Amino acid sequence: MADNGLTSEVVSDEMQTIEGRLSQEYKYGFVTHIDQETIPPGLNEEVIGIISSKKDEPDWLLDWRLKAYHKWLKMEEPTWPMVEYDEIDYQAISYYSAPKSKEDGPKSLDEVDPELLETYKKLGIPLEEQKMLAGVAVDAVFDSVSVATTFKEELEKAGVIFCSFSEAVLNHPDLVRKYLGSVVPASDNFYAALNSAVFSDGSFAYIPRGVKCPMELSTYFRINAAQTGQFERTLLVADEGATVSYLEGCTAPMRDENQLHAAVVELVALDDATIKYSTVQNWYPGDKDGKGGIFNFVTKRGKALTNAKVTWTQVETGSAVTWKYPSCILQGDNAVGEFYSVAVTNNYQQADTGTKMLHLGKNTRSTIVSKGISAGKGQNTYRGLVRIGKNAKGARNFSQCDSLLIGDQCGAHTFPYLEVRNTSSQVEHEASTSKIGEDQIFYCRQRGLSTEDAVNMIVNGFCKEVFRELPMEFAVEAQKLLGVSLEGSVG
Amino acid sequence: MLEVSNLHATVGNKQILNGINLSVKAGEVHAIMGPNGSGKSTLASVLAGREEFDVTEGSVVFQGQDLLEMEPEERAREGIFLAFQYPVEIPGVNNAYLLKAALNEIRKHRGEAELDAMDFMTFVKERMNILEIDQSLMNRPVNEGFSGGEKKRNEIFQMAVLEPKLAIMDETDSGLDIDALRIVSNGVNAMRNAERATVVVTHYQRLLNYIVPDFVHVLSGGRIVKSGDKELALELEDKGYSWIEGVTESVGS
Repeated sequence: MADNGLTSEVVSDEMQTIEGRLSQEYKYGFVTHIDQETIPPGLNEEVIGIISSKKDEPDWLLDWRLKAYHKWLKMEEPTWPMVEYDEIDYQAISYYSAPKSKEDGPKSLDEVDPELLETYKKLGIPLEEQKMLAGVAVDAVFDSVSVATTFKEELEKAGVIFCSFSEAVLNHPDLVRKYLGSVVPASDNFYAALNSAVFSDGSFAYIPRGVKCPMELSTYFRINAAQTGQFERTLLVADEGATVSYLEGCTAPMRDENQLHAAVVELVALDDATIKYSTVQNWYPGDKDGKGGIFNFVTKRGKALTNAKVTWTQVETGSAVTWKYPSCILQGDNAVGEFYSVAVTNNYQQADTGTKMLHLGKNTRSTIVSKGISAGKGQNTYRGLVRIGKNAKGARNFSQCDSLLIGDQCGAHTFPYLEVRNTSSQVEHEASTSKIGEDQIFYCRQRGLSTEDAVNMIVNGFCKEVFRELPMEFAVEAQKLLGVSLEGSVG
Repeated sequence: MLEVSNLHATVGNKQILNGINLSVKAGEVHAIMGPNGSGKSTLASVLAGREEFDVTEGSVVFQGQDLLEMEPEERAREGIFLAFQYPVEIPGVNNAYLLKAALNEIRKHRGEAELDAMDFMTFVKERMNILEIDQSLMNRPVNEGFSGGEKKRNEIFQMAVLEPKLAIMDETDSGLDIDALRIVSNGVNAMRNAERATVVVTHYQRLLNYIVPDFVHVLSGGRIVKSGDKELALELEDKGYSWIEGVTESVGS
């Protein structure tokens, strides 16, 4: 391997021992990362080559990226979602930027936007974590690092692999190669193809056969999450009979300058495995006039084999534009897919979100519970597909889509698509739209609650069925977050 | 405790209250009666602070404070409780949860410690018995799927827990069968004491057999046209509201 980090010779994955990799990182990793600059805007083969080489990726992965790039070139940005935004110039984006050096960030919390700190306080985020989220340079030895190390040891004892995607490529190439793109192919859609070509980093987890992951994969991730970047790639594999619960993201708003986020998450639940994937997304939604904010275009999909179960739970309160349909391919017999969603749009936020439940195996079951909340001038769309294949005999689906409107300038839209190709299946769909009534708010105020607390309580009541699917500690934070997101939406 | 002077109020462009004068002292029970559209419920709503009503003239002083300057939640925390004529449903919000939040807001305002879930349950148990409230009602969403009687009983139960200084009951008897009426009245009577005042708004004399008022006021055309003791209610029952309409005209002329 050449000293400049470019992969110039074919090195088989198996040859790359962990030890060799570690010394490589020691030798160049730290130094080169500091020296690296953001490469100029634009996307072409050379740029992809640079990204791949900076990460010391094996050739097969570079090839995979390049194939994705060529497919992407022939694809068109989808225009069917109910969202509007100025055209994105993909050649104006820089596709690689070095990890932020400590000097770039604020030196202490005193330099951080007080409004951001106020939000952290409301959410009850510990001080050390506040610093990290706000991008304050923290000392190498800080509490959470040791916590993370302890977690890592416990996970190793159980045989669980949990690391960054880049590390996984280097240390577990066989697993990555086997499952990467197996659920979301590189050519799946415009944004997935873009991600496949240029993905920066993300997470990888592998739970071995029969192992119940000894902890929620959450706290550790939350600490690492701040640096995952713009094009995140996550791959989770639960081997036969394994169980894992994973929490992505962070309830606190992140300091983030990137405008476009196009992530891909792939879940593989082999026979009898269970994956529960929970997301709390609170990226910058733009200001009150709709200026700025993140475009969150995400492809998330899980594959469930025989008797396996994949559960998506999402609480989406951030981003200016959200385009996201966490889906389940219920491939094996008796597989179960679940989707529980709360999506909030306030001010000028737009969300087009929902799920796809693809029933292939016999007696597969799926449940969809979607709660859309619109306030201000927000536009909230549920878009869902339930497809029951010819061979999915005895399959069942239950869908419930509820919309809550706050004020009279927002919108809620529901597009449920049902395709049933056999006669022994059952599909149920319920939908409702309601408005937070002045009467409800007045009733609570007459009992002594402030308007803000009243709205909070009513909205949380509306979302209850989804919140109870979240891991306990995050359910509490999600409730608080909802209050923060809807601040100022009433009176 | 409560001094209402020359109170005028409108909703939209419609004048509803036309100069109400009412003085309520601690320990008293006042009944406000009157025909439909006379302004009974409007008076209750204005006292509680409902925003769709505009006060165009007059004043309301509650315990020495200008009540009209206070937000609805401040009024509640100061001890004004309105038992709603039509209690609203709040899906997904546990009945006990709302009540605990309300109680703690009021306790906080009084400078008392907030109650945790355990203390709260101990606190409410006794009151649940008085109003024959079933435990399951506590764990159901606020008023959702409650029968008419259950809703009204729940209002009085909330009142018993929040221990207001001034309780205003807006047609609590409407839609109640005789058993529920007895239970609700028992609850209200159990709370009567020298520090607490109650204003009972009702269309029918029936409720006043159970909750015996110290004063009865008859409202017509947005004004109190006649005041008296409990005998007045019986007289009204006997002669009907048309008797009062006649009185109004003579007052108006």
